[in-house]
Amino acid sequence: MTDVLDPPVDFAHEEPAHEEHHGPTGILKWITTTDHKVIGLSYTVTAVVMLVIGGLFAEIIRGQLATPNGTLVSLAQYNELFTMHGSVMIYLFAGPFAFGALANIIVPIQIGAPDMAFPRLNALSYWLYLTGSITMLAGFFTAGGAANFGWVAYAPLSNSLNTPGSGADLWIGGLLLTGFSAIFTGVNLAATIFYLRAPGMTMFRMPIFTWNLLVTAILILLAFPVLTAGLIMLYADRHFGTHIYSVAGGGVPVLWQHIFWFWGHPEVYILALPFFGMVTEIIPVFSRKPVFGYKGMVFATLSIAALSLGVWAHHMFTTGVVLLPFFSIMSLLIAVPTGIKIFNWIGTMWRGEIWFSTAMLMAIGFVVTFLIGGLTGIYLASPPLDFFTHDTYFVVAHFHSVVMALVLGGMAGLYYWGPKITGYLLNETIGKIQFWLLFIGTQVFTIPLYILGLQGMPRRMAVYPHDPQWQNLNDWSSFGAVLIGLSTLLFVVNIAVSWKKHPAGDNPWDAHTLEWFTTSPPPHHNFYRLPQIRSERPTWDYNHPEHHALAHGKHDPEASAQ
Amino acid sequence: MPNFGVTKGATTSSSSVYHLWQGFSLGAVIIGAFVVLLILYAVLRYRRKGDRIPAQTQYHLPLEVLYTVVPILIVFGLFAATVVVENKVVANPKTNVVVDVNAFQWGWKFTYPGSSAVVVGQTTQNPVMEIPVNTNVHINLTSTDVIHGFYVKEFNFSRYALPGIVNQFTIRAVNTGTYFGQCTQLCGLYHSLMFFSVKVVSMSDYTTWLNSFQNGSAAQAAQSATQQQTSSVVPSKTTKSSGVN
Repeated sequence: MTDVLDPPVDFAHEEPAHEEHHGPTGILKWITTTDHKVIGLSYTVTAVVMLVIGGLFAEIIRGQLATPNGTLVSLAQYNELFTMHGSVMIYLFAGPFAFGALANIIVPIQIGAPDMAFPRLNALSYWLYLTGSITMLAGFFTAGGAANFGWVAYAPLSNSLNTPGSGADLWIGGLLLTGFSAIFTGVNLAATIFYLRAPGMTMFRMPIFTWNLLVTAILILLAFPVLTAGLIMLYADRHFGTHIYSVAGGGVPVLWQHIFWFWGHPEVYILALPFFGMVTEIIPVFSRKPVFGYKGMVFATLSIAALSLGVWAHHMFTTGVVLLPFFSIMSLLIAVPTGIKIFNWIGTMWRGEIWFSTAMLMAIGFVVTFLIGGLTGIYLASPPLDFFTHDTYFVVAHFHSVVMALVLGGMAGLYYWGPKITGYLLNETIGKIQFWLLFIGTQVFTIPLYILGLQGMPRRMAVYPHDPQWQNLNDWSSFGAVLIGLSTLLFVVNIAVSWKKHPAGDNPWDAHTLEWFTTSPPPHHNFYRLPQIRSERPTWDYNHPEHHALAHGKHDPEASAQ
Repeated sequence: MPNFGVTKGATTSSSSVYHLWQGFSLGAVIIGAFVVLLILYAVLRYRRKGDRIPAQTQYHLPLEVLYTVVPILIVFGLFAATVVVENKVVANPKTNVVVDVNAFQWGWKFTYPGSSAVVVGQTTQNPVMEIPVNTNVHINLTSTDVIHGFYVKEFNFSRYALPGIVNQFTIRAVNTGTYFGQCTQLCGLYHSLMFFSVKVVSMSDYTTWLNSFQNGSAAQAAQSATQQQTSSVVPSKTTKSSGVN
């Protein structure tokens, strides 16, 4: 049992032997573990591998589009590539990285817990995720190739008549498996956060990252079962002769879109909220201030989650069957809590002492890139504007600004928490070069796509022989994609260069939350000792007892200086 | 006011949409620039200089209320403008000119109820839908197989062609000319090449064109349309020539 003491006493630190875990080592440890840190690391490595695989698909796509009549891949291969690019990035990288990787490692430590609430279920989540990923990618090795109906798999294109072959079935199966993995992780996170918080950590003393993961977990539990049901019906249509999505048997193809986006829009926030949380941990630490508007941040997250459940049809304005202004106002309103978050991040930096570490640069890059993605998203909430930008590169550019912001946020998280997980710092010089390549590459990659969309280039085009004048902007975009690819390569180089070189110590960033109170990497069951928890910054309070956050209404720096 | 990358287009509703676009863009540019300047100011002004610990300010309620309430007001302004323009765009006034548009893998069939005019074309054959200028044209859009997207850039508009559902909308072109269109919803192998065009002509030219299907050349036209459909070889890679309008 972990003691809660103030001042903390090293009751086991010098002689940790009896606390050490005598489990298997090596490969057996990775296979049999139920330790959330080891599972989280497996998640992290697998997700980053998926990022690289999905990134390679993207580079091939950009290579194909570098000329109007590209011949790098065939039309059929192109359809497989963008389908699997989207699927890998959304289902196998972004989601699992967001709620399976860093969340798995950090959330229990942030709340002072020894592990997740259901360690074995946690292991099951990871193995389902890995098998699901392999299942989905195995489509490339079937006779008909991988799934090729886009990552959204619109019916009736995704039925057995239009897309025969086992690639599509493997896609459905892989997605079912990763979906169950997500549901189990959602159960686990919610139970962990509700029941395993250390004494003193009330809900309003939880770090924002933990808050965001709690809300993410609830969204997962509300949204993913719907996708699972939809996928089972899709499979039944393909193989058991049902007609749920086919006109011929009295079904309704648009039903698939309703089901898919009822999951799909909350999914956007299931992906985004954990990264918002990461950035909300990082910006205060490197500004040496508490997060500005902590409670506003929590309510903003809750309202984003609530609104996200009522906006799915904004993906379907062009179907013409859901033109209710309701979906427009709900979508527009999401801009408000998102704006609150952005202003809170700026407010946190305001009058701070900003240390431009790689993690902080990545976090600021996230805010700027997300701002672009957010502002262009507002257009798409307005049906008349959505009509002519939907399914053009404008939409592609919009969500790539958003997801590239998430990549920046994820990198921020890896640079920030990597030392806690491994015990070693990453090289900051390489990190900063990586940041600039990634940040500039992202803008060079997306901005031409916005213009292309407004010039009328539809998405998912393997060739554009009618409009060869689009080549120039496509080439700029492809160049941006190369810069992004190089930045990813630099990250791998950085890991190799920094391997076990610079020990991090317990708290290299003078950070705020509980994970920085324990060792790097933390011991089995995470803590030998805990400080008193009297705010959302227990580690900071312990290290800087004279610098508590100012109470409500006290924001005058002059007054606080006395 | 700058056009922010969008044109007035060729229809009445496309210019309403264009003005809405301008309004949204003006807001986005002003808000975006304001936020970027705040970020730039913060990162330049407050970079760490020493080991000082700044004031641990966490709340400023009036400020927080301000940046909650102002965006809500902006959002409702945008919403009001959206509803006004959307009502114009989706309005279906009564008209005599009707075109049934049928999308299929991978082409378009335009039929004109009340006449024998039919135009069919696959992929880069780029079938042409002729409509009269300054007239409300009612479109009945549907699909025979998967979902397709009816999109003409100059109309600032698109709509899905859904199997089992007839989507109805009205366009009123204000300029004559030929406008290129293309399928926007992934529909399988030749999605990238599912071209069509809309040719806007004067009412008298339109009537002449429509009548040409009814007398002698009617059979011819219909036949050539069928021929086109049956004899067309779906291009394997590229055909720049046939796609020109």
